[in-house]
Amino acid sequence: MNRPLPEDPMIRTLIQQAKRAQVSRRAMLAGAGAGATAVALAACSTDAGGELTPAEDTSADDKTLNWANWPFYIDEDDDGNYPTLLAFQEQTGIDVNYLVTVDDNNSYFATVRDQLALGQDIGADTVCLTDWMVSRWIQLGYTQPLNKDNISNASNLAPSLQNPAFDPGREHSLPWQSGFAGIAYNTEQTDPVGAVSDLWRPDLAGRVGVLSEMRDTIGVIMLENGVDISGDFTADEFNAALDVFREQVESGQIRNVRGNAYTEDLVNEDTLAAICWSGDITVLNFEAGYEKWKFVLPEGGATLWSDNFLIPIGSPRKTNAETLMNYYYQPEVAAEVAAWVNYITPVVGAREAMFDIDADLANDPLIFPDEATLAQTKIFRGLSAQEENEYQAAFQAILLGA
Amino acid sequence: MAFTAFSAQTSAAEPAAKRRSPIALFLLLPGILYLILFFVTPLISLVITSFQEPDPVRFGSFVNAFRWENYVIVLETYGEQSLRSAGFAALATLFALLIGFPLGYFIGITLRPYPLLQGLALVLVIAPFFISFLLRTLAWKQIFSDEGPIAGVLGALAILPPGQAITGTAFSVIFGLTYNFVPFMTLPIYATLASLDLRLLEAGNDLYGSPAVTFRTVTLPLSAAGVMSGTLLTFIPAAGDYINASREFLGSTDTTMIGNVIETNFLVLQNFPAAAALSLVLMAAILILVSLYVRRSGTEELL
Repeated sequence: MNRPLPEDPMIRTLIQQAKRAQVSRRAMLAGAGAGATAVALAACSTDAGGELTPAEDTSADDKTLNWANWPFYIDEDDDGNYPTLLAFQEQTGIDVNYLVTVDDNNSYFATVRDQLALGQDIGADTVCLTDWMVSRWIQLGYTQPLNKDNISNASNLAPSLQNPAFDPGREHSLPWQSGFAGIAYNTEQTDPVGAVSDLWRPDLAGRVGVLSEMRDTIGVIMLENGVDISGDFTADEFNAALDVFREQVESGQIRNVRGNAYTEDLVNEDTLAAICWSGDITVLNFEAGYEKWKFVLPEGGATLWSDNFLIPIGSPRKTNAETLMNYYYQPEVAAEVAAWVNYITPVVGAREAMFDIDADLANDPLIFPDEATLAQTKIFRGLSAQEENEYQAAFQAILLGA
Repeated sequence: MAFTAFSAQTSAAEPAAKRRSPIALFLLLPGILYLILFFVTPLISLVITSFQEPDPVRFGSFVNAFRWENYVIVLETYGEQSLRSAGFAALATLFALLIGFPLGYFIGITLRPYPLLQGLALVLVIAPFFISFLLRTLAWKQIFSDEGPIAGVLGALAILPPGQAITGTAFSVIFGLTYNFVPFMTLPIYATLASLDLRLLEAGNDLYGSPAVTFRTVTLPLSAAGVMSGTLLTFIPAAGDYINASREFLGSTDTTMIGNVIETNFLVLQNFPAAAALSLVLMAAILILVSLYVRRSGTEELL
């Protein structure tokens, strides 16, 4: 803009003013940009500092609830509705927004950890996560203590699950479903597999699948090695199992290490035997129409895990969440859910209620395990943050081939 | 840098007005604000994160520091995966070019007298985008499965040795990358060839150029811009791709690419400094590779 200014003094001043205005507007916008950057950066930082305090409970005025859960983890009818949840809404007037947003403990945690660290609402008033992840939330102070007065049915909780190491007395969490990690094999394509060592048979070379959940895969290998995973095992014992795992991955005996999608490999027969979760095999057989796959508890033992309700620190609808837990701890309701998801229900009395729904399911030891079955299973002990970091890094290094 | 290369080409062709108009700046504002908020800010945050060190008090969290060793550690640990990413992406780009160029030529030049067929062919190139590429990649996993049709035929012909799988190999990952990026290669090449003046090809013929010579001296240089943008559109996302090589799709523990490593460090291990350092290394490596490529093919004539 180097044109000479017009002669007329009035127009001259006007143009000069306009130019100044433009410059200052630009400067102001640049300033606004810098400000926005600073604000955005500040929002990214997660240093909250100090104790987190639970959000104020507005349940009395706000009859809604957001529940985040895993896929295929609640009874569902052909129209995609959740019958037990509909009944709950009718009984209590609480409108439940059921979110299928948990696909993996780690990635769910990675998504919400920044809000949790600031004590903010994560958009879910109750979430179902696996034992070790619940342990992490409780240690970090990311959960609200449960008011058992609102959950009188919690007395139906199975005794074996009442005092886990990560939450003695169940003050912050309540189990939603439990399950085993064991072995399944294709009954048409391969000979029976009874122990983890059978998975390393030459005829199964390249046709074995294992889970990407460290505690389940390494857990059953450790059990095979005779290590009690619920006790104070040492790093050496863990590493011995890890070495077995690494050797089988590197030799190609293990075809792939996968999360929830491992069932696809069983169905298309890329894998003929796999370390897997009990409920999935029941569903696969149901879809196939006959018992094509057989789930076994390995000779060394199986892992027993639970996914647990918890209430995130920033949830303003704690009482509503507790009302929901109380509802699902009624034996009849628990049986209805178990009949659909085929995992182990933690609610005592559900088995008796199940006889009214389906007697076969009531007698299935994978859904209602008897003492003998439970004796073959162990819960992976809680790891210290240090152990968690080291073990997980070593396990993931194998998965990355690094 | 890659972007300035494009604009440099166009401005050389028709010199733009050099006058800086405040109106132009004003119109650019939304774009600039957008870039500051959604590109510059995360980038600065990423740089800061990449130098962080573990918090000595609160385990599992990180504090600001200048720990440049992060970069050395990730390069030492994941060097193999980084090289593999570059190799896979380069191969996928090459194969996409080998498929995309003839396809673009066919649609842009051979089918030019038949606009209807041309439109139809273009739709066929674009149609796969109407289905999520995750689903399409999963479909290939099923097709390539051990008991699937391809493995069955190849096994029966003794091309595939017994016990050898197709999924989870370098082949299936490069195949997946090529398959997913072919349209990104084809469309820019088509766009340049569609505007190619056919009289130039006739002139080449009249001057006794064989079809091969005409192609090499006329068609190829005139389509260089399309080839270049197609190559960039394919190589850059392919090098950072973490779907095809993922264990959940076509890959296995032997085919891990840098994108998978970054994903694991961010989401599973929550080793944010390592993940941030790797992301920046990937970004820098791609920028250097691409600017070298652009400089070479932008200033000199191709071939």
